[in-house]
Amino acid sequence: MIRLENVCKNFGDLQVLKNVNLEVKEGEKLVIIGPSGSGKSTTVRCMNFLEEPTSGHVYIDGQKLTHANKTKIIRESISMVFQQFNLYPHMTVLKNLTIAPMKLHHKSKKEAEDLAYHYLDVVGLRDKAHVYPTTLSGGQQQRIAIARALCAQTKIILFDEPTSALDPETIQEVLDVMIKLAKENITMVVVTHEMGFARQVADRVVFMADGQIIEEGTPDHFFENPSNERVKQFLGKIIR
Amino acid sequence: MSGIISARAWGKVWAYRSTFLLGLLNTVETAIFAILLALVLGVIFGLMATSGKKILQVISRVYVEIMQNTPILLQLCFFYYALAFSGHSIGILPTGIVALGVYTGAYMAEVVRAGIEAVPKGQFEAAMSQGFTYVERMYYIILPQSIKIILPPMVNQIVNLIKNTSCLYIIGGADLISLTYSFVTGENTGGAYAPAYLVSGLLFFIICYPLSKTASVWEIHLKKRDQRVLFQRTEGTVTDNE
Repeated sequence: MIRLENVCKNFGDLQVLKNVNLEVKEGEKLVIIGPSGSGKSTTVRCMNFLEEPTSGHVYIDGQKLTHANKTKIIRESISMVFQQFNLYPHMTVLKNLTIAPMKLHHKSKKEAEDLAYHYLDVVGLRDKAHVYPTTLSGGQQQRIAIARALCAQTKIILFDEPTSALDPETIQEVLDVMIKLAKENITMVVVTHEMGFARQVADRVVFMADGQIIEEGTPDHFFENPSNERVKQFLGKIIR
Repeated sequence: MSGIISARAWGKVWAYRSTFLLGLLNTVETAIFAILLALVLGVIFGLMATSGKKILQVISRVYVEIMQNTPILLQLCFFYYALAFSGHSIGILPTGIVALGVYTGAYMAEVVRAGIEAVPKGQFEAAMSQGFTYVERMYYIILPQSIKIILPPMVNQIVNLIKNTSCLYIIGGADLISLTYSFVTGENTGGAYAPAYLVSGLLFFIICYPLSKTASVWEIHLKKRDQRVLFQRTEGTVTDNE
């Protein structure tokens, strides 16, 4: 579904990604963890070309992602949920959810709104359809952002630290929605520090450090007996 | 020399009121077309400045810097005489429209650029991640958010442009200032300096004041709204960016 081939990314002199090779299968739930600055976010951002790799290639459904075809491929296949939600503040929640389906996927207003209400039900926020995003709590905004991603009905959803900007008490409501999604046949790539979530939903966990994939495996292998010293260190610090 | 309280001088101004109205009409007409040109140039060069494409950014920068760092009078003369001596004179008013439009366009471009840059990066990314093209992104997502930031300073630039029509005097225009000058120095009409310039100034004021006032009220309203939003947002947005 998604394949990264020798992806390198430099920001000026800083080499953020060093030869990342990664394959995500259809319907797979992949969780990427690792210390700050390890290149996790950059890796998912390369998957929809928010960052274009300095070298290497990204394939979506077998098709090579290029500067020229990215808009079309993203539109059809990939959605994203951001750390800072990035809802459109000048639109109501309903408009946030319907703008892309109407303008990009050529749905009628009726179809788009039906779709929006359906996914608002999924995230449990149907009653917020007509308010503006800034009036909502962080957790609610993120659930709306997830509903917005779902409205595009893409096969892939990327999550870039979806709970890192949230109050501790609203983190769980967002995780609950994501756990619910994980039961569907959506390909999910999640960058997170939530180890409980990783354990519960991940088919596979990837550990990154210094711009490289250091270890990958099933959650059981990963959390029970990691082989890499760096991973052990990290888990020792993060799991209480 | 007729003073400000001379009934004769005021009578003269009144008798020649059509001259002032003609000047006003010419000034307004020049201003309107120049504003349209400035808006078009401002949007084009403002978008170029924020396009992320190096070459477009450089072109936009060069245009803005040249226009902002040379006097409008010089630009006007240069343009007028360059055209006249190459035999392509387009007339005084059109020259004024083009020169003022191109000059103010540079300021408009800066206003547009600042407005677009004020929209958080996340908005561009969200739009890109949904598959909006550049034009769609700007049209649906970015410009509706920047328009409120752009409008007040844009109105100020429009006011400046209207006042700058007075520069047409240097190339012999028929704008309000030029006609006022002709009036006070004319053989038959000369002398009524104070009343003539007061009337001329009043006419400018009547047009410009409502515009500036609108802009400043707008700006205050905007600041209040931003404070409200900021207050709402202080909860739950601690960042831990990678």
